[in-house]
Amino acid sequence: MVTASNILTQQIWKILEEVTDPEVPVLTITDLGIVRDVKITGDQVEVIITPTYTGCPAMDMIAMNIKLALIEHGYTNIKITSVLSPAWTTDWMSDEGKRKLKEYGIAPPQNESGRFQRPESFHVQCPQCNSTNTKLISEFGSTACKSLYQCNDCKEPFDYFKCH
Amino acid sequence: MEKTFNTKDSLKVAPLEGFREAYTLHLADNALIIAQRNSEYCGHGPILEQDIAITNISLDLLGQSRNFYQYAAQLINAATTSKRGSLVLPFGEDLGGASEDSLAYLRTEREFKNCLLVELPNGDWGQTILRQFFFSTYQFLLYQKLQNNSDAQLAAIAAKALKEVTYHLRWSSEWVIRLGDGTTESHQRMLKAIDELWRYTGELFMPADYEKEDVSLLKDDWMKKVSEVFEEATLPLPEKAFMQTGGKQGIHTEHLGYILTELQYLQRTYPGAEW
Repeated sequence: MVTASNILTQQIWKILEEVTDPEVPVLTITDLGIVRDVKITGDQVEVIITPTYTGCPAMDMIAMNIKLALIEHGYTNIKITSVLSPAWTTDWMSDEGKRKLKEYGIAPPQNESGRFQRPESFHVQCPQCNSTNTKLISEFGSTACKSLYQCNDCKEPFDYFKCH
Repeated sequence: MEKTFNTKDSLKVAPLEGFREAYTLHLADNALIIAQRNSEYCGHGPILEQDIAITNISLDLLGQSRNFYQYAAQLINAATTSKRGSLVLPFGEDLGGASEDSLAYLRTEREFKNCLLVELPNGDWGQTILRQFFFSTYQFLLYQKLQNNSDAQLAAIAAKALKEVTYHLRWSSEWVIRLGDGTTESHQRMLKAIDELWRYTGELFMPADYEKEDVSLLKDDWMKKVSEVFEEATLPLPEKAFMQTGGKQGIHTEHLGYILTELQYLQRTYPGAEW
């Protein structure tokens, strides 16, 4: 059933699709699966988000950017609610998001998060030359969500968005 | 002329009555203090990649502590509202409520409930990663239990943090093995680190009255993991030893005071200052 509220909710999702992650600006917050729900009550718009990593400093900024984007489109009564459960997982990242990550030079997460695999048991593909002959340099990279890899063929170091 | 005090200057955090508040603060304090210790490596790690690793771990732990402090503040404010009049109003935002900031920045040493292990000085790299290994093993086992706790918010924080702690545990285990089974020098240093830290591990499994999870039940699994990693690292497991305690009850080593002096300096000197 198409209702006014449904249409409004869809409009809000469209706006949220334009809000990008400040750390990985090629991804939108909907690509990442950070937005869990949108609720409309009267004239209030509530956006429910979940943090990627517990200590991710980008979350405060993302909440502010959501507010700004909605204000820009004329909404004034905005509530941002952060929920922890269920915990965010890279399984929620869209295929479009993974494609954009690779194009940007970051290897996208490869496995399902539930099936944990030791880093040495699988091969991360180099986002530059597509070789799977790569090595882990450090499990911790430039941000909480990434590990540092290097390609043995083209020698390029690159970030891998780890499964979470 | 009479000086007018900002309400934030003169008020103290409310006395914490309930076990639930105390327990949440205990979890928060553990995470905050070890995060603060690890953050001392920012720009000082032995190599760039490990500098990034230890500070990433620090950031994860700081995030955990924020989640716990925010929840503790909620609990304290709810209790204060219902009992208003009998309690000293806590410092904080709006109507003088507690906040994550007031709980981290304005409690005194005796009010902190962290284990002694997390407040010890970093020592050398070996001692730092050994402490992280001991603590991550403990956190890993504890959060596995806590994620099923009847308190939904504690369970949610634990379930989320567990994913990150899994990384911390793997990273620190690998370092213990690398250094223990490394050179004569690195092996010697690990022996010294074990000697330094072992007597602070017993406290992790001695339950305080406010603890909602029975930590004594984690001890066997903890010993099993430590034994496995030590064996691979060619390190001896210490004999039974006298264990230092007190941190969970607010009786700390001299080191915590110095940590808080640095951590709380800004808010103590310029109360209510914001970025």
